[in-house]
Formats: sequence, C-alpha cells, structure tokens
Amino acid sequence: MGRIQLKQVKKAFGDVEVIPPLDLEINDGEFVVFVGPSGCGKSTLLRLIAGLEDTTSGSIEIDGEDATGLPPAKRGLAMVFQSYALYPHMSVRKNIAFPMRMAKVPQEEQEKRIAQAAEALNLTDYLDRRPGQLSGGQRQRVAIGRAIVREPAAFLFDEPLSNLDAALRVGMRLEISELHKRLKTTMIYVTHDQVEAMTMADKIVVLQAGVIEQVGSPLELYRTPRNKFVAGFIGSPKMNLIEGAEAAKHNAHTIGARPEHISVSGDTGTWKGTVGVSEHLGSDTFFHVNVEGFAEPLTVRAGGDVDLHYGDTIYLTPDPALIHKFDGNGLRIE
Amino acid sequence: MATKASRSAARLMISPAVILLLCWMIVPLAMTIYFSFLRYNLLQPGNSPFVGWENYYWFFTDPSFSAAMINTLVLVGGVLAITTIGGILFALLLDQPMWGQGVIRIMVIAPFFVMPTVSGLVWKNMFMNPVNGIFGHLTQALGFAPIDFFGQIPMASIIFIVSWQWLPFATLILLTAFQSLDQEQLEAAEMDGASWVSRFWFIMLPHLARAITVVILIQTIFLLSIFAEILVTTNGGPGVATTNLTYLIYVSSLLQYDVGIGSAGGVVAIILANIVAFFLMRMIGKNLDA
Repeated sequence: MGRIQLKQVKKAFGDVEVIPPLDLEINDGEFVVFVGPSGCGKSTLLRLIAGLEDTTSGSIEIDGEDATGLPPAKRGLAMVFQSYALYPHMSVRKNIAFPMRMAKVPQEEQEKRIAQAAEALNLTDYLDRRPGQLSGGQRQRVAIGRAIVREPAAFLFDEPLSNLDAALRVGMRLEISELHKRLKTTMIYVTHDQVEAMTMADKIVVLQAGVIEQVGSPLELYRTPRNKFVAGFIGSPKMNLIEGAEAAKHNAHTIGARPEHISVSGDTGTWKGTVGVSEHLGSDTFFHVNVEGFAEPLTVRAGGDVDLHYGDTIYLTPDPALIHKFDGNGLRIE
Repeated sequence: MATKASRSAARLMISPAVILLLCWMIVPLAMTIYFSFLRYNLLQPGNSPFVGWENYYWFFTDPSFSAAMINTLVLVGGVLAITTIGGILFALLLDQPMWGQGVIRIMVIAPFFVMPTVSGLVWKNMFMNPVNGIFGHLTQALGFAPIDFFGQIPMASIIFIVSWQWLPFATLILLTAFQSLDQEQLEAAEMDGASWVSRFWFIMLPHLARAITVVILIQTIFLLSIFAEILVTTNGGPGVATTNLTYLIYVSSLLQYDVGIGSAGGVVAIILANIVAFFLMRMIGKNLDA
C-alpha cells in the first residue's frame, strides 16, 4: 500500500516561503512525477514527504495515517538520491543489506532478498565490489536495490538520472518504468527533464515557485495545458507562444502553436517568414523561422527530407483546431 | 612534457636541494652513530677511545632504561587515546551550527599556538600547584585535601598537559573530515532506519578512518620526542616516574656529561621510532590506500 495525501502542506525557511499551502493526492501504485524548473521546490516537496524536512504547517498522511511528525525511518518510504549516496566503505552486498541490518531482519531473509534484488537489477556479479569500482549506471542500480529490499510503501526518486550520460539515461528510464510495472508500488519521481516526465509518469505534477500549476496525465498536459507556463514547459521542442496583433485576431492575449502543429509550404500560408537555423535529426527537421511582425522566431517541425536552406522564404500555417489561447493572466481560454 | 631530456633536466635541477637535505640528515646521524662507539665523556677531555658496543651495554643495563621505555609508551598511548577520542567528540560538537562559530573554533585551536615550555609552566604553577593552583583551591573549597599533581600522579599530569596541547590539532583535522562527509549519505542512512548511534558507527566513523590515521601517525612522531613539558614540570621525577627515552638521553649526555652513552641512547630512540612507524604504517596503512 502506498497512498499519500498532502493537506495544506506549507514549508518556509525563515521568512522565505518555499512552498505555499498545497494539497496533493497520490494514489496507491501510481507513478507520479514532480517536474518543474530548477528551484521550483520539487525536491523540497519530496523531502517533506520523506521526512527529511519538517513541514511548517499542514499534514502528510500515508495510507490514511498521519505521518507529519514521524521520523523518516518510520514512514516506510525508500529514497534514491541524486548522488546515489552509497556508503563508499561497504561492498555492494553490505550497502543493500544496510536497511535490513538496521531493521534487524534475520540473516537468511536478508540473503534471500539481496539475491532477489541483485538478480532483478543485474548486480549478481558485482555484489562484492565497492561502489567506487562501479560505473554510474551500476551505482544507480545499487541505490535502487537498497531501496527495493526494504519493501517500502512508496519509492521516492530525487533526480536519479541527472548524473548519467544520455544513452544510459534512456536505458535506466526504461528499467525504472519496468520496475514500476513489476512491483506496482507507488513511485514519486522528481526531475527537471520534461522528457522523463512525459515518458514515465502516470500522473505529472507541474510545479513553479512551490505552486502546483497543473496535475494530470502526460497527454492531458500536452493537449490541454491549463496555463502558459505548462504549455511552454511540456512538449519538446517548446510550444511557440505569440503575443500581440496575431493573438488579438483569435481574441486572446497570447496564442500557442506547437512546432508539430504548424505545416510548412513553399508558396502559400498564413504567415510568411525566412528560414533561420535548422536542426536535422534525420527523422525530423526543426526550423527556426523568422516571421515578420513576431518578436521571436517560431520553431516548426518538418519531415526529414525537406530541402530548405538558411534565408529561404517559406509560408507557415498553424492547425486552427490545435491553437492554444491564453488570456492576459496566462490562463487557458477554451 | 615528460620526455627523456626534460626528466633528466628535472633531476639535475632538484639535485642540489636533495643533496643538501641528505647531508642535513646524514651528517648528524653519522656523527651520532660514531660517538655511540666511543668512550666520550666531557669530564675526561682529550681521551676518547673506541669501545665497541660498551655504551649500548651500559645504556640497556641502566636501571632507568626499562622504566623510560614503559613511560614513553604510556605517554604516547595515553595522549593518543585522549586526543583521538576527545578530538572526535569536539569535532562533532563544532560541526553543529551555532552562534559565534568562527570565534569558538579559533579559541578551540588556540592551545596549539602556546609553546610547550610556557604551557608546561602555566599548568604547573597556576593550575596544578597544590598551594597556589586553581585546582588546589577548588578541592579545598569543596573540603578535600589538595592533590599534589606532580608528586602523586606525575605521569597522568604530564599526559593531561600534552593532551591539552594536541587536542586542537586532532580536533581541527577531524573537523575538516566531518565537513567533507556527504550529507546525502547521512540522510540515506536516516531513511534506511539507522539511529544516531548507528549512523555514527557505520557512516561517520568509517569516513573518519583516514583522518584518524593521519592524526595518529603525525602525533606519534611528535609525542615520541616529548621533552620540554617534562623538563619544566617534573624533571623526570619523582624518581624516574616521568623519565621517557628523550629525557633519559638528556640525563646521560648533559647531566652525566657522557656523550657516548647519550649517543647510544639516540640510536636506540631512532630504531624504536622506526619500529613504531613500521607497525603503525602496516596496521593502518591500508586505510590510506582505500
């Protein structure tokens, strides 16, 4: 079981309010991702749930019981840290055994669980090595192994992949998703990378300056961002946000069109522009197009074979059904 | 840059410094060894024949020799135990955030800057003196007879003074080690259900192992040659209760004017220091590799 409820949770360091009162419900077995730019309070929120920080006010309930004042160890949660926080002087086996040793689990049971975890995480051959002798990905798996053996109510991940190189990150992303499917345990995952959030989450919580901007499934956020911030944050490359006269035509303060929802043509279209820098990815090409009258260049997606060069004139047409409209406060207009 | 030519040029250029240092060490060592084989007494000038191992024989059979050896080991061991354990406790305390941290840290380190002779005299006359000392006044105020520190517990008193001097050094080194401990490791251990004692034992202490090694090695080298504190407080007494090897060598060569026996004692001290260093290195050297 792992149902976590935050009720009016607030955190302040001195006079600085990092997280204004906030409500959030995380259901059993969900994979929830906290995403937001650096310094938005997502790690603090995770540490509040873990019990590593005290809440200033409000309450945290785990499985319906008040856990606000409980020390971290009593909450039945396991955490994987950004730096992995492995114990450098202990072998992998002892690292994984540490939480069980603290909980005084019998020796045979310990051996059994270590063997299972090592099997699941491909660590069997490395059990007697020290963390210093392992690669980044292996250390990451040891940290996860140490979390698994506790059989926690929920796993907490604090930007676990940010120290890995790009290729390994994709691999570990899959492994963590697979682990979630297998264990069906609640997982809370903090990241600043919206790609990780989109690919892994059942539910994404977008945070900015300690405030929850929107909660929803990845596709909900992609299709109906509640405000300009979420619109700009979710999706890669970023949504084009256009203000001024062009937006006024749609009776909005700002309109947004995703690069993949703008069609490119050589002779006719709504907007006329010149091609700037282009990024060829093979399957797709992203063009940065300077359109007259727009403050910023637009990003548009075209197929991999489009033959356009720097300085060419092109015409762009946004898909009218997929234009997002926002009012002066940045909120979505339906 | 490490070509053959640059390497030999580098060797050539550092050679004057190396040769100077080598002479600096070799000449006194050679002279000490040479004197240790002569009957060389300042009371019988002009006549110093070669006598082989005789000086060593007299030094080893000196009734104060075995006492001096034991005293040396007790002194070194006692001070090491107090400064290492005390240093860990002080470092733990100073690592906590508190008001006036900078000033307090400087004050803790201050005893290290006091000259051994001065601190020995201050402790002897102002604190431990049974008539004028503060400790004497305190015990009397409580209705007990004052303790004559250097008469009743001379070795413990010396150990106390030397520990007071070296505690700041240990504290400083161990404090920096504490500060380099990754806080996430402690938090991870907390999440893993480790109590404070377990966190100290399983996470902090292993992290300190290397710093503790450094403290013990460096202190041992200096503590084997403690001299000024003994000279200004007990003069090696009462009897030979606080005579260590260094002090015994001083007694032989400068109080009995026997340079030969003094030199023999010096050679013995060098050998003893090397044996201790060898065992220390072997015992805890593996901590330095890890």
